[in-house]
Amino acid sequence: MSDTATTTVEPPRYSRAPRKARGLEKRAWLYMRASGILLVVLIFGHLLINMFLGTGVRAIDFAFVAGKLANPFWIVWDSLILWLALIHGANGMRTIVNDYARGALRAVLLGALLVATVVLLVLGSLVLWTFDPCIGDTSSGVLAELCGAQ
Amino acid sequence: MTTMTEEPGNPSIEAGIAAFTVTLIIRRFDPETMSEPIWQDFDVEMYPTDRVLDALHKIKWEQDGSLSFRRSCAHGICGSDAMRINGRNRLACKTLIKDLDISQPIYVEAIKGLPLEKDLIVDMEPFFASYREIQPFLIASKEPKDGKERIQSVAQRAVFDDTTKCILCAACTSSCPVFWTDGQYFGPAAIVNAHRFIFDSRDEGAAVRLDILNDKEGVWRCRTTFNCSEACPRGIEVTKAIAEVKNAVLSGRPSIPTA
Repeated sequence: MSDTATTTVEPPRYSRAPRKARGLEKRAWLYMRASGILLVVLIFGHLLINMFLGTGVRAIDFAFVAGKLANPFWIVWDSLILWLALIHGANGMRTIVNDYARGALRAVLLGALLVATVVLLVLGSLVLWTFDPCIGDTSSGVLAELCGAQ
Repeated sequence: MTTMTEEPGNPSIEAGIAAFTVTLIIRRFDPETMSEPIWQDFDVEMYPTDRVLDALHKIKWEQDGSLSFRRSCAHGICGSDAMRINGRNRLACKTLIKDLDISQPIYVEAIKGLPLEKDLIVDMEPFFASYREIQPFLIASKEPKDGKERIQSVAQRAVFDDTTKCILCAACTSSCPVFWTDGQYFGPAAIVNAHRFIFDSRDEGAAVRLDILNDKEGVWRCRTTFNCSEACPRGIEVTKAIAEVKNAVLSGRPSIPTA
């Protein structure tokens, strides 16, 4: 029996060189599912509040937005939409670039994508968290009365 | 056996079924004389009960002996004659002429995404390289109980029953748009065959195979377009098998019934 018994090879038996960022694709895949579910709630909530409730879409003006962004709840809500949706979209673009672009073109496109995403995230977050409706000359604006009272 | 009542001979002739002319437009390529493939049309007399493979035979035997294609068993078992018929991957030996729209020409070309060698023949090596990489064999180090056999319950056998049907014809992998892009993706067929062993209760190599398929070119490149499930001539639910492997990668081990 001993000469026909199978040789036991200790793990790891899989000898291909380990690749960088192992598990990145798994996390990206999970992120797409999780953010997708959250975004369904967040975006439909956003559309419902802005477009349908109250006087509907005609309610949207500078004062309406300023009013929403005075409430920390909506700042967090909008920030979540911004970050989740932008990264969701950027990751989708990344997979498309990985599918169809090779070599230097891929590197350029991925780099441009990263820069665009970071710039948009920073600018968007800056607006959401530092928004002040009273910046600039508001003496004739819709919020003149409110800002003047401060 | 009710099927044995017919007299020997061609049943379609005896039943008086009329032959009709079918036009096949075949994508020809000869690497020695051509730089690009060309489409060439052939008219053949066929019966409705004939298959696309019979039409190809008729062309090769009676009209143009240089037409090249693979076929071995000619009965849907060996998986040699997968080709793109009217834009869909099928086995030529399992596609009846009458099931196609014969008022239009039938377009036949080689499967996509693998290097074209001649006419309908492609180089299958990249496909089999992916297949080999997922270790498609039983990995079992423990001696079976009582030295006899590795016992498996009906439920344990059922979880991977679907993926045992694969005949490695490459119809699924060569229908996958992600595979077409660069050929780096393992492809549905390799994942199906990994599934067959990952979900086998007697196998001990699941962790290794899940590591392999957790790769950048592994299961995460699947975009669930379902082309593979539609292409499979054996009716394997390929996309479902890939989804089960994704779940197994996420939880670290396959969900196999304990008994």
